[in-house]
Amino acid sequence: MSNVPSDWEVVIGLEVHVQLHTRAKVFASSPWGFGKEPNEQVDPVVLGLPGTLPVVNREAVEKSILFGLVVGAEIPERCAWDRKNYFYPDNPKNYQLTQKDFPVVVGGQVEIELPGASRNVMGEHKFIRIHHAHLEEDVGKLSHAGSGSLVDYNRAGVPLLEIVTEPDLRSSAEAEAFLRSLIAMLTQAGVADCDMEKGQLRCDCNVSIRRRGVEKLGTRTETKNLNSISSVRDTVIYETARQIRELEAGRSITQETRGWNAELARGYVLRDKEDAHDYRYFPDPDIPTLKISRETVTRLAKQVPENLYDRQRRYVEKLGLPYTAASVLVNDRALAEWFEAAVAAHPANPSGIANLVANDLLRDLAASAGAAGAFDEAAPAPVSLASCPIKPAQLAGLVKLTDDGVISKQQAKEVFTEMFKTGQDAAAIVDAKGLRQNSDTGELEKIVQEVIADPAVAKSIAEYRAGNEKAINALKGPIMKRTQGKANPVLIDQLLRKFLA
Amino acid sequence: MTITTLRRQLLAGETTPAAILGKLAGEISARDGQTGAYLSHNLESALAEAANADLSLPLGGIPIAIKDNINVLGQPCTCGSKFLENFISPYDATVIRKLRAAGAIPFGRMNQDEFAMGSSTENSALQTTRNPHDPARIPGGSSGGSAAAVADLTAIAALGSDTGGSIRQPASHCGVVGLKPTYGLISRFGLVAFASSLDQIGPMARSVEDCELLLNALASADARDMTCFGPSDRALTPAGDAKQLRIGIPKGFLGKGVAPEVAAAVNAAVEFYRAQGCAISEVELPSADLAVPTYYVVATAEASSNLGRYDGVRYGHRSTVAGTPVEMMTASRSEGFGPEVKRRILLGTFVLSAGYADAYYVRALRARAKIRAEYLAALAGVDVLLTPTVPTPAFKVGEKASDPLQLYLEDIFTIPANLAGLPAISVPCGKSGHLPVGFHLVGAPLSEAKLLAAGRLFEAAHGYAHQQAAL
Repeated sequence: MSNVPSDWEVVIGLEVHVQLHTRAKVFASSPWGFGKEPNEQVDPVVLGLPGTLPVVNREAVEKSILFGLVVGAEIPERCAWDRKNYFYPDNPKNYQLTQKDFPVVVGGQVEIELPGASRNVMGEHKFIRIHHAHLEEDVGKLSHAGSGSLVDYNRAGVPLLEIVTEPDLRSSAEAEAFLRSLIAMLTQAGVADCDMEKGQLRCDCNVSIRRRGVEKLGTRTETKNLNSISSVRDTVIYETARQIRELEAGRSITQETRGWNAELARGYVLRDKEDAHDYRYFPDPDIPTLKISRETVTRLAKQVPENLYDRQRRYVEKLGLPYTAASVLVNDRALAEWFEAAVAAHPANPSGIANLVANDLLRDLAASAGAAGAFDEAAPAPVSLASCPIKPAQLAGLVKLTDDGVISKQQAKEVFTEMFKTGQDAAAIVDAKGLRQNSDTGELEKIVQEVIADPAVAKSIAEYRAGNEKAINALKGPIMKRTQGKANPVLIDQLLRKFLA
Repeated sequence: MTITTLRRQLLAGETTPAAILGKLAGEISARDGQTGAYLSHNLESALAEAANADLSLPLGGIPIAIKDNINVLGQPCTCGSKFLENFISPYDATVIRKLRAAGAIPFGRMNQDEFAMGSSTENSALQTTRNPHDPARIPGGSSGGSAAAVADLTAIAALGSDTGGSIRQPASHCGVVGLKPTYGLISRFGLVAFASSLDQIGPMARSVEDCELLLNALASADARDMTCFGPSDRALTPAGDAKQLRIGIPKGFLGKGVAPEVAAAVNAAVEFYRAQGCAISEVELPSADLAVPTYYVVATAEASSNLGRYDGVRYGHRSTVAGTPVEMMTASRSEGFGPEVKRRILLGTFVLSAGYADAYYVRALRARAKIRAEYLAALAGVDVLLTPTVPTPAFKVGEKASDPLQLYLEDIFTIPANLAGLPAISVPCGKSGHLPVGFHLVGAPLSEAKLLAAGRLFEAAHGYAHQQAAL
């Protein structure tokens, strides 16, 4: 960040908790989802009733492995679960099943893109290493009402993948870029939906500072349970400033767990190291070590979509797209695939297609959908292509009509609007509206010659011949008028220049 | 009266499931006031099940008593604890489904040590159970209610659970047969956990054959219990000819702390097998002394976590002490648990604590692996290991109440089978005075058929009449 004095360096590591996109909970067959009445999505296992046992949900393990493959991690031959013991009413068994020593994902890296000088310029790319990711169960929600407390176990047992980075991030901008990139990868692979408004992605943020050039890490603080990208950014900025202030005043940093008050935009101490829990971890005796077969890994590897930035590079380098359009398209896998389907139908002009998709199509889809992204306020609203009235091949048809000179670019916009309204093919709309350009050279030559012969334009012809290039435009109006605007403007220009030469 | 006999009578039309239940209800009213084996029973619903009993099934029409730590839909499941005194199960344990699938009728809830922690059933917070052979004495535990009822003829057979000897030790003290199967042979889903890596459900009955019938009905893989593989993927070892069995006698086991009359009864059993043609040899189990301390680290560590869920938030005892949710949880646990449960939770919490886990819990896991390796090595050379089930006969109620360590030694011969996940059986083999004595057989994983064959051979020669209480 620009507000960090240059002799200090901030070091950030994130622990990102992501609810996986699965039908059932991670150790129970109870389904889960958003917006249910409290304690509707529970069963004896979720409630930790006496005698119940956990059974690992294969779908949750496979989604975790898929994440590992997306970030190029190692998928161990086996993983295992441990019990993390602590008492709290939102924790039905008073222990949480998590993976301490044998996580399902080890290593990997996430490519990030920092903001460029402007939105048309690509920023710097970096790789952020993943330490590991482990699969655990979410807890319920405790709320206080009047003199009592209420607890809702709908969230208890929801599969939670905790993704732990190495301390590779060096600014709030990098933390933001990392989260955007991670969310894109998780959603594009179908691993998670990452809707932060629904609490599907939460973040713990570890921050320390050190003098530039010093290798040893400073004492870190951990700010827990951040539920938006802006909270992560603000926490990094706040915590960096606070730690610099402390150290420059000759005090030291206490290793502590902190909370973040987004309304007041300030952090606060939750507990210091002295009060740290002793979780008494031990291997869960109810879940045997799970073997992960190489066949499973191979099968899941086929589901890994093209990496976000590999796709972006391909669009720019192979398809010749401007960076701006490419960066918009690759953010949404469905949109990118829609775009590629259109390109397949008309491979001659990817940029023309990209331009219509990234501008006109997105604009009209967003207008018909509304609603902005919850976690990431700055990101474009996710659009649903399922209800898009235009099919990729139809859009390709529109671009082809323009490329072939049948309609002008100006007319193409008009046709697009009509296509979005009716779902009709471009050609049908062009014909129905009589928009087809007149490119009949013989007919146009005749009209051009008649107009040149008209004394009303003699002054303009004289000026053009005297070297005033723009004067030629005065002749185009009468030609368009005579052809009811259907004359191919490029052809008219050519003919005028030929006859006035 | 055994399951086998009753089944014959049922099929011959000489009795009906309802008549059997009626008879049991009569025996319970007559004697259980003194014995105290039953915490509750469900005569009405059992009679309804009896009316629809399918006699063509292997256990058709037979009532089976259920230890009070196994969930039956709509029934209490107190675990012998004040904490769950008013808890009603909203689901059936897998073993209950299996029993019903075999035609049996779950009937009666049997007293036990609180959360199965104990060897005398004196740790039940709800009532005292007495040994039918001598009401001044304990029935053993923790499945003391199950054993006492079977011995007292108030139950035909029962399910117990065994974490360190809780089926076999009360079976020995009450003169009935008790089998702890190989870990993973029977589903634990619905069994209230004490120590998950050691707990197994098993049958308790008046004959070896009855235990076998129950085992066959219960042994099955279960999608609800990841540690249960059942007999399907690794077939049970065939029994072979019981007279050909090679029997190992662990060196020194008949010496230390074993009462002379117990040693005499067990030695007589050894001589019986020798006379039948079995090869008897001595085997070494050098780490056997580690079993009790290892057990009390592993079992208490797991228990401290398993019992975390009893906090008064969702079910069970809730303290009326006002305060924060965490204060309410603390008070509920302090009020709801008895002293032995608290002792074990504290011990288990300690051995898992940062700074101590390596010295206790992690070391105990290493000792456990060593004990298992030694048992498997010994069982490579012999088919079964034979010892007393318990070093001494049943003691008097209250006699060891102030000395938990002395009480822990009750399970010195039974604990290794749990630590090593091995099948083991206690078979009555005589008396010390008027008190029953049992011998104990341990086999290799899934060698239940051998244990049962050896037991049947002994039983065929001795009958089971001597097992019953002098009524």
